[in-house]
Amino acid sequence: MQSDIKRLSLILLFAPFALWIVLLIIVPHIGMVVLSLKEKVAPRVYEYGFGNYIDFIQEPIYWNTLLRTGSMSILVTILALLIGFPIAYYIAKIAGNRSRGALFLLCLIPLWVSDLIRAFGWILLLRESGVLSSFLQDTGLVSQPIEFLYNDITVIVGLVYTVILFMIVPLVSTLDGMGDDMIEAGYNLGGSGFTVLRKIIVPYAMPGIVSGCIVVFMLTAGSYLTPILLGGKNSSWFTEQIYDQFITRFNWESGAAFGFLLLAFTTLVVWLGLKLTGQTLANTVAKS
Amino acid sequence: MAIATQNKALMFGYRAYIFAFFIFLAAPLIAAGTFAFNDSLFPSLPWQGFTLDWFFNDTEPKLGMFHDRRLLRGLYYSTVIGVMVSTLSVFVGTCNAFLFVRGEFPFKNVFYILMVLPLVIPGVILGISILVMASNIANGLEDGYNIELEFLRPGILLVVLGQFSFITTITSLVITARLKKFDYTMEEAALNLGASRWQVLRSVTLPFLRPAMVAAGIVAFLVSFENFNTTLFLVGSEAPLTITMFDRISKVGSTPVLNAVSFALIVGSGLLALISVLVQRDKTDG
Repeated sequence: MQSDIKRLSLILLFAPFALWIVLLIIVPHIGMVVLSLKEKVAPRVYEYGFGNYIDFIQEPIYWNTLLRTGSMSILVTILALLIGFPIAYYIAKIAGNRSRGALFLLCLIPLWVSDLIRAFGWILLLRESGVLSSFLQDTGLVSQPIEFLYNDITVIVGLVYTVILFMIVPLVSTLDGMGDDMIEAGYNLGGSGFTVLRKIIVPYAMPGIVSGCIVVFMLTAGSYLTPILLGGKNSSWFTEQIYDQFITRFNWESGAAFGFLLLAFTTLVVWLGLKLTGQTLANTVAKS
Repeated sequence: MAIATQNKALMFGYRAYIFAFFIFLAAPLIAAGTFAFNDSLFPSLPWQGFTLDWFFNDTEPKLGMFHDRRLLRGLYYSTVIGVMVSTLSVFVGTCNAFLFVRGEFPFKNVFYILMVLPLVIPGVILGISILVMASNIANGLEDGYNIELEFLRPGILLVVLGQFSFITTITSLVITARLKKFDYTMEEAALNLGASRWQVLRSVTLPFLRPAMVAAGIVAFLVSFENFNTTLFLVGSEAPLTITMFDRISKVGSTPVLNAVSFALIVGSGLLALISVLVQRDKTDG
């Protein structure tokens, strides 16, 4: 009787989970892969084959875009880690008790403002008639308006800006759990600042670092707004290609193939990252 | 505190770096918000004086946001979608929390990873895969049985499903974390005092979870409200605010009415985020 009730409640609890994962994650992704293996041979006539993937390999623009998106995303991830780590360390370990909460909150609030508004803010600052350009002209440093938008550096800065808080937040929570005594012990044993960082702090913070890197990399590689708005129409971001195939050309088969390629590529990078650092998905992302 | 502070200059440099970072963090938000109050037709310098026209004026060319029909409709759809997504995802998230904290079943770890997975799938891909599935079903029904199901075509339902598919992971993680801290003896005490399982759940366990559920609901609403990538592929004629704004920014060029909306959203989401933090903080220490 008791165990029957337990089993029933387990099934009842399992049902929403199963419906969600099966109907909205697994089945749609299988559908996407199946669609990507279809080729249009005549109107409303399809054949199965790897045509869409062969098109991808044969057209340099496509795979260049994917490689570009991938490498820029890795660069953005590294930059976000390098810029974000000192910030997280300051908030978790150096700031006093009262300013810590305030600083953390200051970090969290922009996190909840839409990417769109943040990109819009950057446009207002950086465009030819924008604040930075006017400011430089007023101070006499330059004589003509300067366009800061529509180049790779701006896209990278904008992306780092968009995702860096997803790096800082897990780092702060991991570093928060580290006792100050561990760091002091490191110094007492004669370690230099750099040694302590390398041998004690970084290994301790590894789950947070990996978790932040995974989320940041995924968000960057899958981002659409920031590269389009800050990089202009020629930003060649892979999500733009997917959108183009789906909405503009209405070529869903090839769009699905691109979607699968992006997923496979990002998964591969994340998997490599996990292997290299000896972490698992369960003890990194799942914890943050 | 713990780091060696032998070098004052280094510490000063560190502080300056932190300060510069927060300027960097705030700059675009300040730019997006401030130009809402500039009495000019363009959101750029020079400053032409203070105005509230971009909020309240009811005539072109300075049509304020509260009189701009399309923006208001976008706001309405975003709110409707946000409420639906947050209700659904908090419900499923709570079930998931009980399932993974209390339940014992084979392959639990595998299922747990499946639960976390949607968070690391790019939003664009969630969007297209759900679009493909819904269209397949709709086309199949239309070809085979001549039934046209409008709700399987891009529109509010698909947007809700698309956002729900990954926001549920967020709510599940938030509520799971809280349920893990629950003290079993409280339930046992209630059971010993003669309460039924249902009563225990309603009067002991759920009240304990409430702060996490409220916080998760707010977070879900905010993430839904500002979602763009997944929504982009699933949107029909009922465009939520982010889509409407993106169209304006990328096509028409910007007027300060967009700054007015930005200002309202920055203040609104800031307040909501603050509430979600405070709700959780109040009772977690207990």
